[in-house]
Amino acid sequence: MKLTGADIIIECLKEQNVDTIFGFPGGAVLNIYDSLYKKGEGIRHILTSHEQGASHAADGYARATGKPGVCIATSGPGATNLVTGIATAYMDSVPLVAITGQVASTLIGRDSFQEVDITGITEPITKHNFLVKDVNKLAETMRLAFEIATTGRPGPVLVDICKDATANEAEFIPFDGKKRLNLNIRNLFTEEELDEAAKAVQDAKKPVILAGGGTIIAGITDLLLELSTKLKIPVATTLMGTGAVPGAYPLYTGLLGMHGSRVSNKVVSECDLLINIGARFSDRVISDMKRFAPHAKIMHIDADPAEINKNISVHYPLTGNTDDILSGILERTKEVSQSEWADLVIRWKSEYELVIPDNGELKPSYIIRKFSEMVPDAYVTTEVGQNQIWAAQYFNYKFPRQYISSGGLGTMGYGTGAAIGIQIAKPDSKVINFAGDGSFRMNCNELATAVHYKLPIIIAVLNNGTLGMVRQWQTMFYEKRYAHTTLDRGPDFVKLAEAYGAIGIRVTRKEEVVPAIEKALASDNVPVVIDFVIDINERVLPIVPPGKGIDQLIYT
Amino acid sequence: MKHILSVLVNNHAGVLSRVSGLFSRRGFNIDSLAVGITNNPAISRITIVVEGDENTVEQVEKQLSKLIDVIKVKRLDIEESVHRELALFKVNADTSVRSEIMQIAEVFRANIVDISEKTLTIETSGNTKKVEAMRQMLKPFGILEDVRTGLISLERGEKTII
Repeated sequence: MKLTGADIIIECLKEQNVDTIFGFPGGAVLNIYDSLYKKGEGIRHILTSHEQGASHAADGYARATGKPGVCIATSGPGATNLVTGIATAYMDSVPLVAITGQVASTLIGRDSFQEVDITGITEPITKHNFLVKDVNKLAETMRLAFEIATTGRPGPVLVDICKDATANEAEFIPFDGKKRLNLNIRNLFTEEELDEAAKAVQDAKKPVILAGGGTIIAGITDLLLELSTKLKIPVATTLMGTGAVPGAYPLYTGLLGMHGSRVSNKVVSECDLLINIGARFSDRVISDMKRFAPHAKIMHIDADPAEINKNISVHYPLTGNTDDILSGILERTKEVSQSEWADLVIRWKSEYELVIPDNGELKPSYIIRKFSEMVPDAYVTTEVGQNQIWAAQYFNYKFPRQYISSGGLGTMGYGTGAAIGIQIAKPDSKVINFAGDGSFRMNCNELATAVHYKLPIIIAVLNNGTLGMVRQWQTMFYEKRYAHTTLDRGPDFVKLAEAYGAIGIRVTRKEEVVPAIEKALASDNVPVVIDFVIDINERVLPIVPPGKGIDQLIYT
Repeated sequence: MKHILSVLVNNHAGVLSRVSGLFSRRGFNIDSLAVGITNNPAISRITIVVEGDENTVEQVEKQLSKLIDVIKVKRLDIEESVHRELALFKVNADTSVRSEIMQIAEVFRANIVDISEKTLTIETSGNTKKVEAMRQMLKPFGILEDVRTGLISLERGEKTII
């Protein structure tokens, strides 16, 4: 059957069971949009305000479901507007397929209108990318793109398609469903190494698990909990691992690292075995390398061999399918009925518990805790900065993928787009974006998208009138020189919400929090912006000062 | 410490940029890089000489292996491999020194590939040490231009990369 390239793209999306794409049309993708119009039944296209919003929405969709997110943009500026979203997905290993239009193959390299070398630009921020000039290669390239994005350690793949390749015809051979490449995760450990690792876990007097985002991606959070329960091992998480174990789990110690909990940072500083599962020892976790887990042997369980010994030298490297590795350790270990170490950690945990001040002021911790109590099953997304850390600290997560945040790249402006993607993937769930006033302003144009598609996302703006995290650093480490962090310039977020057709609510006092949340939850097809006016000097605590060890955190 | 990596890659446009981009992005130092097509026209072979400690090279190998277009990465045992690079030297060579230079070339089993009234161009191949020795010998005459290919290497004996 002969099809145009544009039709082939639509067919390839259907064969991958893509039900939603996020995008913005333009000259180089006109043929693709025309095919979508004529033959796109079963594929819902969400038109965003800006391509960046489309990329974050596709990313949020992917993180909430585990399926690949798809976004589409035209050549030139359309493509470059996806870059931040692609980089965000790359840093957090999110399966994303970005389709961009390109000028006709005959015009490439001539600085044509809206021409940009997007495969060159995205080479360092994609798992792989393709430039398709020949319609005969289009179907196979699309199949490879989905395979690469979703197999092994996931990541974004960009497919740049010349306009003539979307217009020309080629014979379309339906998908055989087979894999083209050999990208599956390979078990690189030996039985002896597994025996040795299991023995180390069993014999450790003070073990601790560090769970990263890899545990959520690999779907091994049940095994993780089983290992912790069976051997009484405390669990700390990275930001990306938030939700890997339930917040209420007694041996869960919270975040580790720069904004780690006092108990997590203490446990890791004193442990004799650190079992890292699916985390990559980022600088935000280890801080001063010399002071990180100084008494511990380090075990690193990861799907990606390149993560082993990248940032920290490891005593027990175990690379491969993390479910095989955890199952192997579980088979080789005996249950621990009593652990002085675990009891001690539980004591520290209650001693160091984060306290929500009860002084009548409107506190971000109180706001987030109230959401957690009133909508415990909500999906939470965040922007970047204080809002992101508070949302990780004070919301009690119940399941993996519930906390969705730009951990690696730290993208301000991520949350609104992501919330749209999550709400589309999870229409029956509540979705809350904890935002700061600075980051919300970056992509608040996507409110128009949420209103149009009747998505009742709740944007809780923790409005301190400043770029709070940067101000906090200026306060603590720059002698209060507040260079360009004060946002004394509006807009009025309630009026802004109303202008877009959303519901706007302002909260200035503690007593107004619960009624505002109730009102927001009552909206089932209109987005809500709640402008929580909080103090400009609110700080995220604890914090490890730059250059210090995780045991040197400041907590008051 | 120098290490030699032999890398098989798909012979596609853009692959070299992916490989070299990875080095600059991750702060790895390339001493030399030589690339050419193999017996199988769909595959190219890149020989990379890397400077770095054991950890760095391990990271280079692993990161290279993650590239979709990379088929195989192998670190070659320097003692157990043969190495060659090719160099061309254009040197000042008027009649007063021409025969002296040609004698040097003979000792190195190098070839004279071009001659003019004032210059000689000499081709030499060998391991880096030999090419470097040749350069040192020619230097006093005045090297006008030189070009080197970068090292290529194969393992000795029956061993192959795949």
